[in-house]
Amino acid sequence: MKRKSLVVLLSIALAACQSNENESKTQQGTPAAPASGSLTINGAGATFPNPIYSKWFDEYQKSHPEVHINYQSIGSGAGIRQLTAQTVFFGASDGPMLDAQLQSAPGAILHFPTVLGGVVPVYNLSGVTAPLRFTGPLLADIYLGKVTKWNDPAIATINPGVKLPDADIVVVHRSDGSGTNYIFCDFLSKVSLDFSKKVGVATSVDWPVGVGAKGNEGVSGLVLQTPGAIGYVELIYALQNKMPFGAVQNNAGQFVTASLQSVTIAAAGVPMPDDFRVSITNSNAVDAYPIASFTWFLLYQHPTDKARSKAMVDFVRWALKDGQKFAPSLGYAPLPQAVVEKEIQALSKIQ
Amino acid sequence: MKRSSDDRRFRLGTGAFAALVLLIVVGIAIELTRQSTLSIAKFGLKFWTTSTWDPVSGMFGALPFIWGTLYSSVLALLVAAPVALGIAIFISELSPRLLKQPLAYLTELLAAIPSIVYGLWGMFVLVPLVRKFEIAMGAKPALGVGMLAGALILAVMVIPFTSSVAREILKNVPSTQREAAYALGATRWEAIKVAIGFGKSGIIGAVMLGFGRALGETIAVTMVIGNAPQVTASLFKPQYTMAAVIANEFSEAADELYLHALIEIGLLLFIITIVVNILSRLLIWSMKRRVAAPAVTQLLAEEVPV
Repeated sequence: MKRKSLVVLLSIALAACQSNENESKTQQGTPAAPASGSLTINGAGATFPNPIYSKWFDEYQKSHPEVHINYQSIGSGAGIRQLTAQTVFFGASDGPMLDAQLQSAPGAILHFPTVLGGVVPVYNLSGVTAPLRFTGPLLADIYLGKVTKWNDPAIATINPGVKLPDADIVVVHRSDGSGTNYIFCDFLSKVSLDFSKKVGVATSVDWPVGVGAKGNEGVSGLVLQTPGAIGYVELIYALQNKMPFGAVQNNAGQFVTASLQSVTIAAAGVPMPDDFRVSITNSNAVDAYPIASFTWFLLYQHPTDKARSKAMVDFVRWALKDGQKFAPSLGYAPLPQAVVEKEIQALSKIQ
Repeated sequence: MKRSSDDRRFRLGTGAFAALVLLIVVGIAIELTRQSTLSIAKFGLKFWTTSTWDPVSGMFGALPFIWGTLYSSVLALLVAAPVALGIAIFISELSPRLLKQPLAYLTELLAAIPSIVYGLWGMFVLVPLVRKFEIAMGAKPALGVGMLAGALILAVMVIPFTSSVAREILKNVPSTQREAAYALGATRWEAIKVAIGFGKSGIIGAVMLGFGRALGETIAVTMVIGNAPQVTASLFKPQYTMAAVIANEFSEAADELYLHALIEIGLLLFIITIVVNILSRLLIWSMKRRVAAPAVTQLLAEEVPV
């Protein structure tokens, strides 16, 4: 009797495993859509745009109930790995894929900017109420450990009238690999030769000074409780948590406080290459905020699954046109119109 | 159906499960090695002894992470072991009957708190306290985050494990041991010493269990240790652990060599954990042989001169 029930249990367990396998195969593999006509598309990648992507998938399904898009926000690097291994249909990344990564992929991969984000400097200085101004080289020197005091002349001369304390600067950076690191280092490397030589650009770098905190919440938490601390967080995070942040001098010499508009302007001030793999930090536009970046969808140019591919292209077109209006309310800067038009043309490359 | 065939089947069945454990351990070792070949081939033993961790230039050395892991775990153990044993002894030997169950339950509850909660508590409560202490000690700059905060949070997390196991060990010391001690005119403290002596190997095991837990703890430590890879004995400086660097960097690592280096750190952690476990087994084993003579005779020997 007991043995019988064990056998039944085992067979149930086995059946469950098998049906799971079948399910995941139809989700990820090439077989055509199931008879019901519904279509599931799996994607994975960047965490930064996850809120807006979730909103898009949700809204899109209201008008297209047959298309169901799953997105796992597991990080840009992991998204690229899964896309290259073809375990997901599309990827998403906060940084453009490197040439070497593109070459190691089994097929041509196209980049499509979706929205924009910015990175802002935050600090904790008691008694300083007006927003501080920073230049790119100054931020680089602080993160290289060359400027170590808040009353350093390099800070004082660009902040006339601000009473700066004679306090040590406590440098806080992101410890986890992230697009935020990438954008911040990308900007500092462009404005400081020393920074590009000693540190460079990546999602994780070898910081010469400072303490690492995990995530936007970790950096802001540490900055808020450490007198004299400086850190950097995503614009969206600072806006949502009503954190004050500093203005940064752009390439035109203006001190710009980050806003959704000034981030969108940054994208307009950079010539757009055909593959959309472009850094828009230190943009030339007069009113541009200099620490800004696209975030991208990654799609295969010649996918084998035509039905899924068509559904995905339709979705991306919708996201570029109708989806953009959801961006500002969630704290993302929408794409400039010229970029949207260029992308819609590029979507026709996918066959 | 014969009983003997049932027995055999039962033995084979459970044996298969036991073999599964072995297979999993071997499987992990093989997979970790297989996925870190690039880094093993490129850096060899230098991976253990160099301190540069630079994903941009592709230079990887794990020394600061190994150091940070061992240093924080040892410090945590130094803080946690006495406290945990104190709790265990109080609950099993001295506590009023009415308090025993609630106290035991509360310490076990501490073990069930998710480590992210410990991490948040560490960040918002412990770190400011540590910073105050650092300011009082004249540390510059007083960061709050760093090795001290990391070791303290580990200690708090390890205490419930160690004390629960130690309490079980003390509970299982035969009451004849204590009775014999009392019969010889021992005071309460001396009787407890006898009980501890009897359960010594088990108590060491409890402490080592805590050590193993401290080695692998990830999120809570990441949130308070400062995440700066450097080899220093300073308690106030930010440092880094092996589990923390994997958790921080794995999801964004797209470069092959970088990934392999991170997985090799996992392999090192695996090896270090196994070595620590073997050492603690050896320690317990050598003790068991020495403690073979009942602890009471020791007490007796001590009492003779009086």
